[in-house]
Amino acid sequence: MDIEASRVAQLATAAARPRLRSEKRSFRSIWRQHWLMYVMLLPAATLLILFRLYPLWGISIAFVDYNPVKGLAGSEFVGLENFSTILGMRQALSIFRNTVSIAVGKIILGQVTAVIFALLLFQVTYKPFRRTMQVISALPHFMSWVIIGGIMTQILASKGLVNMALQALGLPAVRFLGDTRIFPWTLILSETWKEFGFGSVIYLAALTSISPDLYEAAAVDGAGRGARLRYITIPGIAPTIILMSCLSLGRVLDAGFDQILVLLNPVVYETGDIIDTFVYRVGLLGGSWSIGTSLGLLKSVVGFGMVLLSYWLADKLANYRIF
Amino acid sequence: MVEERDWATRFADLATYALVALLGISCLLPFLNTLAFSLSSRAAIDAGRVTFWPIGFHLENYDHIMGRPEFVRSTSISIARVLIGVSLELLVCVLTAYPLSRDYLPMPGRTAFKMVLLFGMLFSGGLIPYFLIIKNLGLLNKFAVLVIPQALNIFHTIIVINFFRGIPRELAEAAEMDGASHLDILFRVYLPISTPVLATVGLFGAVIHWNSWFDGIVYMQSQRNWPLQSYVYGTVVTGSLDMEIGWGSISQVSNITIRGVTGAFLLFASIPILVVYPFLQRYFITGLTLGSIKQ
Repeated sequence: MDIEASRVAQLATAAARPRLRSEKRSFRSIWRQHWLMYVMLLPAATLLILFRLYPLWGISIAFVDYNPVKGLAGSEFVGLENFSTILGMRQALSIFRNTVSIAVGKIILGQVTAVIFALLLFQVTYKPFRRTMQVISALPHFMSWVIIGGIMTQILASKGLVNMALQALGLPAVRFLGDTRIFPWTLILSETWKEFGFGSVIYLAALTSISPDLYEAAAVDGAGRGARLRYITIPGIAPTIILMSCLSLGRVLDAGFDQILVLLNPVVYETGDIIDTFVYRVGLLGGSWSIGTSLGLLKSVVGFGMVLLSYWLADKLANYRIF
Repeated sequence: MVEERDWATRFADLATYALVALLGISCLLPFLNTLAFSLSSRAAIDAGRVTFWPIGFHLENYDHIMGRPEFVRSTSISIARVLIGVSLELLVCVLTAYPLSRDYLPMPGRTAFKMVLLFGMLFSGGLIPYFLIIKNLGLLNKFAVLVIPQALNIFHTIIVINFFRGIPRELAEAAEMDGASHLDILFRVYLPISTPVLATVGLFGAVIHWNSWFDGIVYMQSQRNWPLQSYVYGTVVTGSLDMEIGWGSISQVSNITIRGVTGAFLLFASIPILVVYPFLQRYFITGLTLGSIKQ
């Protein structure tokens, strides 16, 4: 088929297309016409293979007693021994518990504060003020945890801003970063502070897309503030809340590696050490490659399952699809 | 809107404004506190008088960090990383998004490719296998490790796919009539009308690149190759600053203080974010919603 003919064929199909998908063509004719589309996928395919699929091969470290000198081939195959070692470890339960409780705390508090802040912003009728406050509050989201963590270490120090404020109020000083009972809350609250503004963006967008007619009609019918909130506003953002809750399910094992790596110190390992920091410190830095890989693999597999579950739920409950 | 006149409503309004203002300002105070420390004199800091306003204003902390050769080098590595990294990412992103977005053209394997892409976004082998692969590929200690693996940002690619899908097919088909190839259509038809999504993805990509620090400390064994955020982590967070002061490399009589130098580092490293922020904030909604537009 020469170019003219293919163009004519294209015209014909374009004219007579109810559904092009069902049309059967040989791969050769498609290739001749659209080979460039395959070429365009080459960079992504290469990167995908090198950095997403090739590392899967490295998972086999989890099933051997890895010896960095001899390499993977020279290491002894041990089956599931690494996994049973992990289950027998003293810290196993605590790092798993820390991971889940910190992650869940962040998800719940993050959602609640984002919704409340969006509702508050929505009550603000003076638009420039609303916009300014939203933009200011979203700023910390775009800073790295190195910067935020550095600032936190400063303001949460014994003579830092927060303790100065507590002292001024006549309250005792708090060791935010050095007390095992307080530390998880420091993590949860500092993350919540960093994210509530940006988190509210999506809810405010949902709120502003509620038709003003509804509010006017309700006001005419004599509905007060409370009634309007209850019967218009809340139902209006409920789908977004449901969607975000579903999606957050995929993050129950993501307690926030960057943040915790920056703020963690040996004093609070007991309540602050999570799977990721343990894999990094003991596995990669400490040289327990096989244990680290096995633990990382457990997290990846469970996390992947949770993400799939969250997408499935989001599709069922909120009609959300990624593609 | 008759009942809005009574005092209770007014009070509620006032309380709402006050609360919103309080929460908004709470996001700025830690930064102001850090800024104040970086600009205040040693005497004022030692006396505990500094809160949100510099006392005994001076710029010695900033002079000090500018005078560190590693600081200058890591800053230039970060700038190079953002420029090269974002360009690469955008290129790969649009090249990938184009064939995947034109669903109505026959392309055997498209769905399979999308599935692999999705799998690649959601599943990782974990830190250690990844480290091993980077090592096997000979990327350790190379600048390339900061930009090549991130050249494929799958999440951003999905955002662009969904944007491209919204482009009327008649535009592409008209160009095809004139004999345009797929590359022509991408670069001459699609890209000129895709500025909002490219700006979104580019700006978010730039922020990610500027903020990345963990890849620096893990894959660059030589600190000479660290980007700025990794350098700030290594200096400020892990506390090598305290040791330097202990060793006397920072004079005890000057106005340079640990808290001041720390603050100067942290604020300097956030300047680029503050610079792009006015542009970035326009695309919050785009960034959030574009990815979810379907059909």
